[in-house]
Amino acid sequence: MDTFITGKIDVKHVSIYYGKFRAVKDVTISIPDHKITALIGPSGCGKSTLLRSLNRMNDLIPSSHIEGSITFHGMDIYERSVDPVEVRRHIGMVFQKPNPFPRSIYENVAWGARINGFQQRLGHPSLDEWVEICLIKAALWDEVKDKLRSSGLSLSGGQQQRLCIARAIATRPEVILMDEPASALDPIATLRIEELMRELAAEFTIVVVTHNMQQAARVSDYTAFLTMDHDRSGILVEHGNTPQIFTNPVDSRTEGYITGRFG
Amino acid sequence: MIPSQTKLIDEKVTSQLLKKRNRLGERFIESTLVFCGFISIFITLGIVFELGKEALPFFSSTDFKLIKFLTGTTWQPQIKLFGVLPLVMATLTTTVIALLIAIPFGIGIAIYLSEYASVKLRSTIKPTLEILAGIPTVVYGYFALSFVTPFLRVLFGKDVVEIYNTASAGIVMGILILPLIASMSEDALAAVPRSLREAAYGLGATKIETTYRVVIPAAISGLAAAIIVGISRAIGETMIVALAAGAGPKFTFNPFQGAETMTGHIVRVSGGDLSYDSIDYNSLFGISLLLFFMTLSLNMLSQWVVRKLSEVK
Amino acid sequence: MGENHAPVFIANLVSRNRSERIWKNLLQISTLIGIIFLIVLLLNIINQSFGYVAIGYRVPPAKLVGPGQTLENLDIPQLAGILRQRVSPGLLKQLENDTPLEQFSQVNLVNLVMAKIAKPEVVKTWSFWQSLSMREEIKQEVGQLPETRLVFFSWVRPDLVSNSQSSNPLIAGVRTALLGSLWIILIAIMVAFPLGVGTAIYLEEYAGDNHISKVIRTNINNLAGVPSIIYGMLGLAVFVRNLAQLTSGAWLGFSSPETANGRTIVSAGLTLALLVLPLIIINAREAIKSVPDTLRQASYGIGATRWQTIWHHVLPNSIPGILTGTILAISRALGESAPLVVIGASTYITVDPANVFSRFTALPIQIYQWTSRPQAEFRNLAAGAILVLLTLLLSINAAAIVLRNRYKRY
Repeated sequence: MDTFITGKIDVKHVSIYYGKFRAVKDVTISIPDHKITALIGPSGCGKSTLLRSLNRMNDLIPSSHIEGSITFHGMDIYERSVDPVEVRRHIGMVFQKPNPFPRSIYENVAWGARINGFQQRLGHPSLDEWVEICLIKAALWDEVKDKLRSSGLSLSGGQQQRLCIARAIATRPEVILMDEPASALDPIATLRIEELMRELAAEFTIVVVTHNMQQAARVSDYTAFLTMDHDRSGILVEHGNTPQIFTNPVDSRTEGYITGRFG
Repeated sequence: MIPSQTKLIDEKVTSQLLKKRNRLGERFIESTLVFCGFISIFITLGIVFELGKEALPFFSSTDFKLIKFLTGTTWQPQIKLFGVLPLVMATLTTTVIALLIAIPFGIGIAIYLSEYASVKLRSTIKPTLEILAGIPTVVYGYFALSFVTPFLRVLFGKDVVEIYNTASAGIVMGILILPLIASMSEDALAAVPRSLREAAYGLGATKIETTYRVVIPAAISGLAAAIIVGISRAIGETMIVALAAGAGPKFTFNPFQGAETMTGHIVRVSGGDLSYDSIDYNSLFGISLLLFFMTLSLNMLSQWVVRKLSEVK
Repeated sequence: MGENHAPVFIANLVSRNRSERIWKNLLQISTLIGIIFLIVLLLNIINQSFGYVAIGYRVPPAKLVGPGQTLENLDIPQLAGILRQRVSPGLLKQLENDTPLEQFSQVNLVNLVMAKIAKPEVVKTWSFWQSLSMREEIKQEVGQLPETRLVFFSWVRPDLVSNSQSSNPLIAGVRTALLGSLWIILIAIMVAFPLGVGTAIYLEEYAGDNHISKVIRTNINNLAGVPSIIYGMLGLAVFVRNLAQLTSGAWLGFSSPETANGRTIVSAGLTLALLVLPLIIINAREAIKSVPDTLRQASYGIGATRWQTIWHHVLPNSIPGILTGTILAISRALGESAPLVVIGASTYITVDPANVFSRFTALPIQIYQWTSRPQAEFRNLAAGAILVLLTLLLSINAAAIVLRNRYKRY
């Protein structure tokens, strides 16, 4: 019954600092393959920081540094020989606020594939076909197939977020990180994103940060609960499969948070 | 179609997956950009080094004495007299006159625009000031010579006001830096939060009381910076004084007489065909160096004032 | 007891409101005066650009032609005849070097007669205001002068742009100066634009918040405040003197004795490049800064490299701002004269610049030189040239505004 022996991504004793401030303290967690893992916890507990460290997006903040190891396919992604650009290509990301490029819908999806060396080969999809496949997978194709050339910014918020998902899967990542992907959307659009996440789990490993308890309970297979330690740095309290965390948490802090949030 | 994609993924899953690529293009671009970043440092060093190098023969010549340079009241290279005071004095005269015009009008305009003017009026006056700021200085020089000087001569008499005089140059220089001071001051005043004004109105203060007791003190660092930048601009201004202030260094306190400023002297002497390695040539670099450090310290002072006083707030 | 504890207020609102009104009026007046300055400045230039001119002739055209005729309606043989009769043999030989006079066009011959024989000269000029208000007096005054014609002259006219420099203000133009300005600005922008944008990209996208980048930032702000004449002195020492071999074109074989001293278009262009560099950097940084960070993250998030992110997303979205800043830099360079005087702008050139190693002059330099001449007619000419310069600047700035409004994305 123990699913966490070795996952798609293994986080071991990771601490993340912004300058002198430690935002995440000694987290060890394994992300299982082809499942959805939700990171929950109060705001400021470092769950977004932890998520962004999984594909080295934190590197872009000049003052940040990391201790511990994060392995992907058995390789430490923070090792010197590793290229952060390659990491992000295999571990894609969807952000809190939909942020399509101010370009056509088609270009939004095609660009990532193109810069990552997309090749047109016989028996394999052409770029046009690949854009179509990605948009279908992102459940957006029917809505945009007649206006691929119009700007990505012309879509509604929910459509923009699905476009961002299509953009993320177009580079054929194995893992998709989602940082509160539905927090800027209305309830109906949120529901569509959640359905989409379930569909994508068949093909991708997904890690999602959310502060919406119902959402975590609805979509995730596994849930990790983080909270703030007394020195304001984030610690991992417990993680396990979602029904267990929500119905029978081991730690009292988890129980307190969940019952408080469910009201 | 999709299965074949999945197969490709499987083949690529090796420990080499994330290996750092040798992105030569990226590295080349990055080093080019770093080089660009350092160009500005090279320029500053170049100014200090080149000006210093060319000025060195002047400073080290036997005719040069630092005391005499800084306190002498005659600048006549022909007879080896190098007192920089006449030039500095003329620069100060024009600058002071310019400030007498630019500070009251500039700050007055700024207060009017930020506190009194309607949005519509502001949106017409601000571009007008920008036009004024965008006119080349040689045009201001023309204005000084063809309008302000004749005007002064009619006003005060032709025997009082010389054809070339520092007053005319100073007045026009004031008009030149007026938009600069006005727009910087307006920015500073506009940055004062509304809540501060409302607090004063809430106590029954009139508009002008609010402005003088609350808004101006809150914006004082910005206003000071605007004035300092204005001074620096006036000291370095060249074409107006070259055209209107007069040729030939002269130690005088009378603004109606002609006198040559530091910049005016550099332009006049270098405009003629000057032979390198003459003491004239080298002395110009001495003056330039003095000018450079004067304006540099003023500019740094203004940045410091903004930083320091905004910390206090 | 209780009554004594209450403070006393006197009703002072009347006097406070009075001072309120006075101050408001003062502020209004100062604003008004600021605008009046601009208006007077422009009116003064317009006033000097148009007006009556009394033109005298060495040989009046009326004496060259028969009664009832003018030069303009003479035919080619008649004009050629006048030239043969009046011009010295040496000059005639020079004129007929390629083709005999009879094959010149009629307009050309009229111009030749005017330039070589009639030789119009300015006797006196009046401003626009004088021309309007003292019309009769002027006419009377000119009527008393022998062989003098009074014409209403517009100093800013097509000939002003198309003619070269001349010692005769009636035919002098700014053509050489205008071409010089264009060359210089072209070089300045070609050098300063890539360097400036490169620096801005480095500072915003590569350099962190470390000590070095802080020094660079402060340094750029300081450079922006350095008086332009200092850049002139730097240019004189570096480009004109130290690099004379390069800037005179001697290394490419352009070794005319006139240019060998390095006082060339290249030197001028490079000097102005240094001058406008901080301006371009500061504006480009603002433009790059205004590109939202979410866009960069989106790009990095799908495995783009830093340069791919910059090239495909940051630059396309900041280019309107960068170009607006560059246009401002161009207009700054166009109006700049002090550094050009210092590095040795030529006072008198009549031939168009042949290449970047030619001697140079520029529009503001021409204005400066004409203004500093004592004769009133050169003041008028300078006013005309100023109108040309201001028109150019105005259209450049209008282009910047159009650009800014059209490509506003964020």
